Amino acid sequence: MAREGSPVLRVEHLTMRFGGLVAVDDLSFEVQSGAITALIGPNGAGKTTVFNCITGFYKPTEGRIALRRGAPAVWSALEGLTDSGKRGLVRPDGALFLLERMPDYLVAQQARVARTFQNIRLFSGMTVLENLLVAQHNPLMLASGYTLLGILGFPSYASAERAALDKARSWLDRFGLIDRADDPAGELPYGAQRRLEVARAMCTDPVLLCLDEPAAGLNPRESAELNEILLRICDECDISILLIEHDMSVVMNISDHIVVLDYGVKIAGGAPDEVRNDAKVIAAYLGVADEEVAQVEASVGL
Amino acid sequence: MEYFVQQLINGITLGSIYGLIAIGYTMVFGIIGMVNFAHGDVFMVSAFIALITFLILTAWLGISSIVLALAIVLIVAMLFTSLVNWVIERVAYRPLRGSFRLAPLISAIGMSIFLSNFVQVTQGPRNKSIPPMVSGEFVLANHNNFPVTLSYKQLIIWGLTAVLLLAFWYLVAKTPLGRAQRACEQDQKMAALLGIDVDRTISMTFIIAAALAAVAGTMYLMYYGVVTFSDGFVPGVKAFTAAVLGGIGSLPGAVVGGLIIGLIETLWSAYFSIDYKDVAAFSILAITLIFLPQGLFGRPDVEKV
Amino acid sequence: MAVLANSASEGGRAEKPILSREPNRFAAALREAAFTGLVSFGLFLPLIGFETVTNIRDELILRTRWPLLAAFVFIAAGGRFFYSFALAPWLARRAQKPVKPAAAWRGHFKKWFVPFAIGFVIAYPVIVILVTGWGGALKWIDNFGIQILIYMMLGWGLNIVVGLAGLLDLGYVAFYAVGAYSYALLAKNFGLSFWVLLPLAGILSSFWGILLGFPVLRLRGDYLAIVTLAFGEIIRLIIINWTALTNGYAGIISIPRPSFFGIPFNANDNGFAARFGLEFSPLYRVIFLYYIILALGLLTCFVTVRLRRLPVGRAWEALREDQIACRSLGINTTNTKLTAFAMGAMFAGFAGSFFAAREAFISPESFTFIESATVLSIVVLGGMGSQIGVAIAAIVMIGGTEILRQLNFLKEIFGATFDPTQYRMLLFGLALVLIMIWRPRGLIATREPSVFLKKRKAISVDLVQEGRG
Ligand SMILES: Nc1ncnc2c1ncn2[C@@H]1O[C@H](COP(=O)(O)OP(=O)(O)OP(=O)(O)O)[C@@H](O)[C@H]1O
Ligand SMILES: [Mg+2]
Repeated sequence: MAREGSPVLRVEHLTMRFGGLVAVDDLSFEVQSGAITALIGPNGAGKTTVFNCITGFYKPTEGRIALRRGAPAVWSALEGLTDSGKRGLVRPDGALFLLERMPDYLVAQQARVARTFQNIRLFSGMTVLENLLVAQHNPLMLASGYTLLGILGFPSYASAERAALDKARSWLDRFGLIDRADDPAGELPYGAQRRLEVARAMCTDPVLLCLDEPAAGLNPRESAELNEILLRICDECDISILLIEHDMSVVMNISDHIVVLDYGVKIAGGAPDEVRNDAKVIAAYLGVADEEVAQVEASVGL
Repeated sequence: MEYFVQQLINGITLGSIYGLIAIGYTMVFGIIGMVNFAHGDVFMVSAFIALITFLILTAWLGISSIVLALAIVLIVAMLFTSLVNWVIERVAYRPLRGSFRLAPLISAIGMSIFLSNFVQVTQGPRNKSIPPMVSGEFVLANHNNFPVTLSYKQLIIWGLTAVLLLAFWYLVAKTPLGRAQRACEQDQKMAALLGIDVDRTISMTFIIAAALAAVAGTMYLMYYGVVTFSDGFVPGVKAFTAAVLGGIGSLPGAVVGGLIIGLIETLWSAYFSIDYKDVAAFSILAITLIFLPQGLFGRPDVEKV
Repeated sequence: MAVLANSASEGGRAEKPILSREPNRFAAALREAAFTGLVSFGLFLPLIGFETVTNIRDELILRTRWPLLAAFVFIAAGGRFFYSFALAPWLARRAQKPVKPAAAWRGHFKKWFVPFAIGFVIAYPVIVILVTGWGGALKWIDNFGIQILIYMMLGWGLNIVVGLAGLLDLGYVAFYAVGAYSYALLAKNFGLSFWVLLPLAGILSSFWGILLGFPVLRLRGDYLAIVTLAFGEIIRLIIINWTALTNGYAGIISIPRPSFFGIPFNANDNGFAARFGLEFSPLYRVIFLYYIILALGLLTCFVTVRLRRLPVGRAWEALREDQIACRSLGINTTNTKLTAFAMGAMFAGFAGSFFAAREAFISPESFTFIESATVLSIVVLGGMGSQIGVAIAAIVMIGGTEILRQLNFLKEIFGATFDPTQYRMLLFGLALVLIMIWRPRGLIATREPSVFLKKRKAISVDLVQEGRG
């Protein structure tokens, strides 16, 4: 399961404060390209906040979040970019972006980071198909000549729309939603809504896909199916996945690398096997101080 | 300086009236999340009720004690206006509760149009003016032959506003009704599950809002001595502006917002141009909201992602 | 279907005890009627029981109207009794009946409705002339046809902002005013023709839309609503007070009217009638204006329908559904809102310049908040986002209030002092309340998807979000 490459995302010294509350405290980690990285931790640990910082919904108090696209060699330009005060740089061989400097929609549009939400956010009054077309807004907008050509009915837009529909159809196929394509998204069962949200994110052609508890509320079968899809798209589509998950069976099964947060602080990081046996992690999950872990473990029969 | 102090006094008086109406907007918004567009017209109706009561008392019953007459007018106006607002809520808003946000708004706009035209049809379109109810004034200072005065009317308005605000604050902060109101604001379903009669609480909110509007209406009539069917719209919009400025949903915000709007309006008329006084009030509103989107005292509307 | 069956069975449960015990139902209805009577007595006592009138000495005095008060109370109580005793059980029984499947004619109706309607509005002036004759046609084409079409166009324009993008705009009339005054001032001062100024007025309005929209579109929900209301009022107040430019309350008179390819509609020798060898009649101009506004209206509708199927249109609707999700998909929400605002403003500008050209006179009176409220209610009543719904709502609301102007025969019933136009706005307000209670989500309570794979299925409006600005 080793799909290691060079990092696509580097989070360095990320700190996010809300008034007196430090939701994320000096967090650093990397997401390797083509790999699945899991971010875990107890409730309120600050996982969603990390996502919001990466995707530009929150402006981090401190820290640097850098994303690479294309050749790993662009990393060499990181320090120069940081000092230049610019948001990003595009070279023929790749691109580099400082996400903490970009507003949310540009993170998605230019840096190509797609995400899903902990409490599903679909366009519930629009059909499944329309949801996927909205996700392809930017290329379609360009093809419609910023509406001007589209309204005059130029054929170039028609062909772009056909391509968009084909892409939507192929994602619907992969996520098993093709039969519900013309139904409103709000009418789908919960599991299908979760899958649709991932499919919609994939329609933006992301480099990095951030999934906030994608298996929450799914039954074990649905959850297993989702795992399989995630593994497949990670292999086939040349993307990296960053995933928040509470379900340890999911996390241990599919992730290559795990970062553990507790009260905003990174308490462990590494391959699933290392993290599984880390005393601090167990303590954090069981909610006791480190010294008492053995005692607690014994009492629960571990 | 004297001129300024005089304008300040006038501005606070006007602001008190706006503040009392603004509380109605803010309270109703707080509890059912709806902009009660008809509230300005409820205020106008209350001024008419006060006018009619005043005429009955003075012309028919021959009551000469102005204090007694004013007290009776106030109470009658509060009672009847509360009834009006109670019925409005029952008929026009309750059937729409929990549905789509724009439906009650349109219903309220319809109610507003209905009320002003109802008064026009039943009472005629002309200005209704009465002889001054209260006259006389204190001279606070007389410098360079420019007297700074505080009229009895203004004093009554200040006093009444202060007393009512205290009573009202007590009601909301300390009584079971106030607690029920705050619970409904947070979560109506949960409040109902805990045994709070949500319908009754909302009705009570409308009644209190109307009672305060009636006080404002009576004082408006007393202060200006004239009222017409179309007098609901402009004070209504300004009071709403005040409520938004103070942070809609916030009670102290409504009062402070009312005072600010009243002061801006009087000071602008006094120092700049009376024609553009409303433009000034609305511009200040727009500017405040652009830089302080939740108003002065409103809870910031955090977008939880 | 399942939902309907469910609510029907609930209704049945609630209704049974009433049906099984007849005398109780009567007593209960009586009690309710008495209560309603009491409440309405209190409600109507001050304003109907008494009338304030000014006597010869210019003093305000009171007159009583006890019979009228009694009539009101009686009608209220009687109405309540009828409702509780007869109407409510009947409604409950009806709700219990199984819902009939939609008849086959409905499908055909849907398919043919739009072409038929377009054919009808094109033929409307001819039909009116055939039915009412040359003399009576003016009223029907001008007061009904043109008036309704103006509001229909405004409704379609605002529908982009409120119905599609979910931005609550209470100051839409401001852009209508900008269009009207742009046309009036430019036509009078520079002598430009209607056809040059029409697009210019649209552009100016949408420019104002962007200018006002830029700072305020960060605001959400009701804050946005109040700021748009404030801007609407500010523009009206500026028009009133900037007398050097706009002539204030007095308004602008003798605004040039559109000509027929350079031929004016007047009684002169080079006028339209004379050129074409016809007898002069104001009707020609009205018919010409009718077709102009019809073309403008259809253009608005066509463009909107088209936009809905383009990425901008889908982004507007997505914005209404969930702004945060939009941003996570790389949509620039500020720009998207601005385009909606500018588009809506542009159509209002077209309509405004047409209005100025039609009336040849404009004053601030025509641009009050009531206009914004009327257009908004047309949008909401139509069913947010539905083009056909807006058209029907405009016909119902504007046609309905125009009919009230025409009811002069009522004078014969209620006496010569009875003025039906007085009751126009009263009934308009009442109608808004009643229609909202009857159909809170508007006449057309479904949304048509903009694209489909296999089958176009209408979406129940319950799933559609209303937008929070
Ligand atoms: N916008 C905000 N304003 C204030 N505090 C916030 C905000 N967003 C998050 N927080 C706080 O930051 C902390 C971390 O929250 P976060 O949602 O990131 O946790 P989480 O790890 O995702 O938890 P869960 O597993 O429950 O989803 C919490 O204490 C939360 O209350
Ligand atoms: Mg979370």
